[in-house]
Amino acid sequence: MRDFIVSRGISGAVSLFIVTLLVFAGTALLPGDAASALLGQNATPEALEAIRRNLGLDQPLIWRYLAWVGHAAQGDFGQSLASGRPVAEVLLPRLGNSLLLASVAAVLLLPFAIGGGIAAAIWQDSWFDRVLGFTSMLFLAMPAFLVGYILIYVLAVRLGWFPSMSVAPLFGGASAWAKILALPVISLVIIGQAHTMKLTRTAILAVLATDYVLMAEVKGISRRRIILRHALPNALSAILSISILTVAYLIVDVVVIEIVFSYPGLGKLMVDSVAYRDLTVVQACGLLFALIFIGMNFLADLLALLVNPRQRVPARGA
Amino acid sequence: MENTVLSIEGLCIDARAPILQDISLAVRAGEIFGVIGESGAGKSTLAMAMVGLLRAGCRRVAGKVTLSGQSLFDLSQPQLEQVRRRKVSYVAQSAAAAFNPFYRLGDQVTELAALELGTPAAERRKMAADLFRELQLPNPETFGARYPHQVSGGQLQRAMIAMALINNPDLIIFDEPTTALDVTTQLEVMRLIRKIVTARGCGAIYISHDLAVVAQLADRLMVLRHGKVIETGATRTLMETPQQDYTRALVANKTTTSPAVQARTAQPIIALRDFAAGYGGVSLVQDISLDLSAGHITCLVGESGSGKTTLARAIAGLVDVHGGTATFQGKPLVPRLEDRPRDARRRMQYIHQLPDLALNPRQTVREAIGRPLAFFAGVTGAAAEARLRQLMRDVELPEEFLDRYPGSLSGGQKQRICIARALAADPEVLICDEVTSALDPLVEESVIQLLLRLMQQRPLTLLFITHNLGLTRRFAHEVAVMQAGRIVEFAPAETIFAAPREAYTRTLLDATPVMERGWLEARL
Repeated sequence: MRDFIVSRGISGAVSLFIVTLLVFAGTALLPGDAASALLGQNATPEALEAIRRNLGLDQPLIWRYLAWVGHAAQGDFGQSLASGRPVAEVLLPRLGNSLLLASVAAVLLLPFAIGGGIAAAIWQDSWFDRVLGFTSMLFLAMPAFLVGYILIYVLAVRLGWFPSMSVAPLFGGASAWAKILALPVISLVIIGQAHTMKLTRTAILAVLATDYVLMAEVKGISRRRIILRHALPNALSAILSISILTVAYLIVDVVVIEIVFSYPGLGKLMVDSVAYRDLTVVQACGLLFALIFIGMNFLADLLALLVNPRQRVPARGA
Repeated sequence: MENTVLSIEGLCIDARAPILQDISLAVRAGEIFGVIGESGAGKSTLAMAMVGLLRAGCRRVAGKVTLSGQSLFDLSQPQLEQVRRRKVSYVAQSAAAAFNPFYRLGDQVTELAALELGTPAAERRKMAADLFRELQLPNPETFGARYPHQVSGGQLQRAMIAMALINNPDLIIFDEPTTALDVTTQLEVMRLIRKIVTARGCGAIYISHDLAVVAQLADRLMVLRHGKVIETGATRTLMETPQQDYTRALVANKTTTSPAVQARTAQPIIALRDFAAGYGGVSLVQDISLDLSAGHITCLVGESGSGKTTLARAIAGLVDVHGGTATFQGKPLVPRLEDRPRDARRRMQYIHQLPDLALNPRQTVREAIGRPLAFFAGVTGAAAEARLRQLMRDVELPEEFLDRYPGSLSGGQKQRICIARALAADPEVLICDEVTSALDPLVEESVIQLLLRLMQQRPLTLLFITHNLGLTRRFAHEVAVMQAGRIVEFAPAETIFAAPREAYTRTLLDATPVMERGWLEARL
């Protein structure tokens, strides 16, 4: 148990290190730099040179990397190149918005998708299972932005039920928030459910095919009890992992969906910052996304471990 | 019939092809009814039909199953579930797979008492403890608090029998309950089954592929093959005067001795002294001193976990050697396979227990056997083709099989391919690791006969790992008995079987079922 946490902690740290390299290399490879972006087309070479020196862009790459990682480790991501404000100050409200969007989507998506997956497994090969299988395939094959645009066309443009853009004033009551969140959340649920439902169905089917489920059937246990008491607990660790990974994927989908709906979240901030060559913000966003992803994976493994008696209880105890 | 607990009349079950055809039988209270058959005979489908269960894709075409007076296939689902809860129990082959890993053993064993009678938890713990005591499980008071992964296979099997007794059933179905167990554990479970049926007066079905085991337990026997009843009768009658050829072959297989090959020289081809080997820093086998005589069959016997396979793999260079010396024809044997010269590798070939896992499903037989031919003998082209055909003749398979994939071959045929592949290297020593354990009795016999013929045709030495002492008695020259990583006794086969020196050897021999009448009674 402790070995597990230590080994996962180490592998998480290694992943994070590799991510810092990639994020840094990725931003360093972008054509043009903040100096040329700031000054525009008509900048004189002298002015560019001055700004570069000011921002430390004339230092060797490896030196810049070490300085960046060192500061980031202390929570200091530097200053936004575009606005001059500290990156953390720019980031935090956006992070809050993104988390709100992702968590509302997750709360709606998980029960729906997991319930659907369980039902599809129980009534395997019924019309219900087939319809569900078809629709999840359909949405699995569809890119996230397309789902977003279709929803905008039908629900916003044609029916006029919701605003097509989510940029309306972000202060105001819960109803204002609900209106803004509605379309992005619906998109995320539609995109995310396919994956989750399919994985849950497979996990349940694997458990239903085991000898101990057959044994329960031979003992004369009712179908209902077999599913609730004999099958589900054993599928629990798989379902937990699936749920947490779903949330991790949601955070990726959030980036695309925020762009489509112009929702003021972390994803939109990151993409906008790429356009402005606001590299410090891009780097911080990239690191934050990676951190959330790695953390989620760790949590998934840990929970799967905790619900499994084989892992929890030593082999020759008591 | 008076006190019949189960009767089956003209049962036919189809999947795509017929699985069971016109099966009829009746089991009385207090008797054990044996069902014997090879794999694919329909034994499991029959067992499931006895509780009114059809697996996905199976269809009952005709026939009736009556359990405790109720026609199972005429009942509604809730009624059927009630009959299963109250009248019948099932003991499966793999206890490890049949227990739910999520719950403690006690809760699973007493689940039906909780459901049917609403027995409170404290009382159920007592019920479970009583049953565990009856089945001679260690610490019966606390045994139920354990999870399935915390107890041994033999204990789990007994816990499953306890679970089968909780509802005081009219009929208990034992579906290969001892197949996965060591002989000594098997004997204990056989004793328990006999005691339970006598004490409780319930009926029992005992399904197995091992005639020696069934013959000891069953009062009456049914021989099943390809879904049809070959013969039914009292066990004694069937064993002594079988009416059908198939039954005769099954019975004969176990009672005659096949001629052993002539011993050639008695010079050791492989000699081990104080040999130790294992994984990582842990020695799994140690103090091993063993001589393999050239041209002889040396059987390595012992219970699972005794280190048989580890020792064989260490000789083959697949396990870290921790100490001692090993020589091959008087010269030191290089420990690691990677470090051995190609010719040294050629001289020793290894055949695995499961041909399914040892053959690449995407390679034709020609590719599988052709590779060692090219690698060890450098034979390619027309010469290789001639050798391939010869090898197929040697293992008594048609040449057309060269273009087949393993998937289209039976288990016995696949094992023959593995033998041909080993022979392609033209080895001097063959290490056979339980090569017939996964095969049906008659197929096993044919593979053994093949190995004996091959040994007469060429100078081969066999290190044969097995837990089957009946087989060992019939064809070993020398026997090494292993226990807990050591060789407890190493002697010529006649000595081992006639006058075993060690207590452990005697225990093993005593626990091995034979077809003699009264064998089990003498051990109750």
